[in-house]
Amino acid sequence: MNHNLPILVLTFPLLAAFAVNLLGKISKKHVAPWTLASLAMSSVASFFVLVDVLENGTFTYTVGGWLPPYGVQLVLDPLSALMLVLVSWVALIATFSALPSIKKEMPGREHLFFSLYLILICGMMGLVITGDAFNLYVLLEITSITTYGLIAMGRGRAPLSSFNYIVMGTVGACFYLLGVGYLYLITGTLNMADIARLLPPFYESPTAATAFCFLMVGLWIKMAFFPLHGWLPNAYTHAPAGASVLIAPLMTKVTVYLMIRIIFSVFSPYYAFLAHSQIQTLIVWAAVIAIISASLIALSQRNLVKMLTYVVIAEVGYMVGGVWLGNIHGLTGAIFHIVNDALMTLCFFLVSSAILYRLGSARFEDLHQLFRKMPLTLGVLVVGALSVVGVPPTCGFFSKWYLLLGGIEAGHYGFVAALIFSSLVNAVLFFRVLEIAFSSGKGVEPHGAGIAGRAEAPPLMIPSLLIVAFVLLAIGINAGSFLSHVIRVAVPSL
Amino acid sequence: MDGWLADLVAKYNYWIYVVLMMIGFYAMIRKNNLVKKLIGMNIFQTAIILFFISTGAKKGGGIPIVDKEQALAGAVQAADIVNPLPHVLMLTAIVVSVSVTGVALATMLKIYKEYGSIDEDQILERVKSDEP
Repeated sequence: MNHNLPILVLTFPLLAAFAVNLLGKISKKHVAPWTLASLAMSSVASFFVLVDVLENGTFTYTVGGWLPPYGVQLVLDPLSALMLVLVSWVALIATFSALPSIKKEMPGREHLFFSLYLILICGMMGLVITGDAFNLYVLLEITSITTYGLIAMGRGRAPLSSFNYIVMGTVGACFYLLGVGYLYLITGTLNMADIARLLPPFYESPTAATAFCFLMVGLWIKMAFFPLHGWLPNAYTHAPAGASVLIAPLMTKVTVYLMIRIIFSVFSPYYAFLAHSQIQTLIVWAAVIAIISASLIALSQRNLVKMLTYVVIAEVGYMVGGVWLGNIHGLTGAIFHIVNDALMTLCFFLVSSAILYRLGSARFEDLHQLFRKMPLTLGVLVVGALSVVGVPPTCGFFSKWYLLLGGIEAGHYGFVAALIFSSLVNAVLFFRVLEIAFSSGKGVEPHGAGIAGRAEAPPLMIPSLLIVAFVLLAIGINAGSFLSHVIRVAVPSL
Repeated sequence: MDGWLADLVAKYNYWIYVVLMMIGFYAMIRKNNLVKKLIGMNIFQTAIILFFISTGAKKGGGIPIVDKEQALAGAVQAADIVNPLPHVLMLTAIVVSVSVTGVALATMLKIYKEYGSIDEDQILERVKSDEP
């Protein structure tokens, strides 16, 4: 195979970011083709990388010929290749929706938005394949800084929400950096594989424990693990619709993946799960509290987008809990759920940005009679809702099933109860939205022509809505072969 | 008491890093003025830079610029020069912190245009009065 393929996946969006910025100044017509073409090329390339990794096993790419442990290494194992495919395909599908909504929301500034957008995608791709702990920090900040910018481009409260995110995000990144510093103190290297090789003699030392705590807390802030989630709901609600459709599905999931990377590739499952088993139980309980509280807060929301952000936070609890159960079923469920949750969140935010495009608001009182107006969009929402509740044959059922199995195997019934409770709450949440969309609203006079006429999502958004609904069902129906051919291979050995 | 004091003096740079970090934390949590919050954030980042630089320091260590011939002949002892790697890492961290500060200041300008204030209490009041 062509050994430059992994770096090419990153290069397309990076170069396109500059092209979009420069050519977009001349004419806005250049923005859409460059963005879509570069993402399509990296999606195809990432697919070939995954196929190659699944066939021939893990390989490493040495950037610029600087040999490890001094140079930066890209590690392509089945898990990171899977994440690479997930990031590039979700980004491609999200772009179809971002293009029309940004054209409407900030006319004349599309080229600025999409150059940041492409750099963000490039940063996330780098995050999932890098094999160097310090490089990971730099990429974490590249994705965060572009995210701050994208969110602050929104109107009204967006800059304020972005500022809160900047403060919280920087604390998270600094904690991560401190963790890397402590690891460097005892091992003298920054390459993940090299750290993993040199670290075992120091497992008893408090320095290693300090490093581990700082790394975990830093990443938890970045992934909005309850109660460190304060920045997320406002940031994702007030961001431009075209930004949250990319950020919400990917950022939190990529960070969960990074947590798995740190536990399995830098430390070891023995260190994380067995050496401190009380702490392991404590973290699963934290996940239980996260799932229950976020679900309850979601119930009290009166705005579709804000409700969805709390669903995202609850799902982060699923994945953190699943990983920290420390058994093979929980881990399989968590990794499968990373894929499913990225697709479900993508589905929800595609729907909400289509609604925002047509109505300009996603508050519940504005959604009355929406089924007449946008039947297709809401049909897709139904598929997503079934998946997040966990109704077979949608894909959400299968990952939740594995998480439940993991909880039962670990004897952690609190986690099992929280999963079931959250599924019920999700059913209530989405049933309520659909009920509002069907009803005509009490005492609200129909707005005449606005409601009678059908006004479906703009033409560019429709294929992305249909694709994501199809993928949710396709993964669910083929869950058996998808699990055995991709997910099980990707799960790191315990 | 003696041991405790000796510990403190021997590792004073690490204690300063912790104290700086806490000052930054305090400013980020407690101050209402957004500029002061941002300054707190910068102090926080600077504390981490101090930590990294401390790890590279050596007693009596020289600058890490060595003669190539000597180095290849093995005449240069690693103990004689300070570790340059943390410095290089911190150059990157400084770049990151400058960019974050830049983005934060630009965001703050937008906040000021929107609400006419950079005081958190006043902004929150405006937000509440804007929403029905």
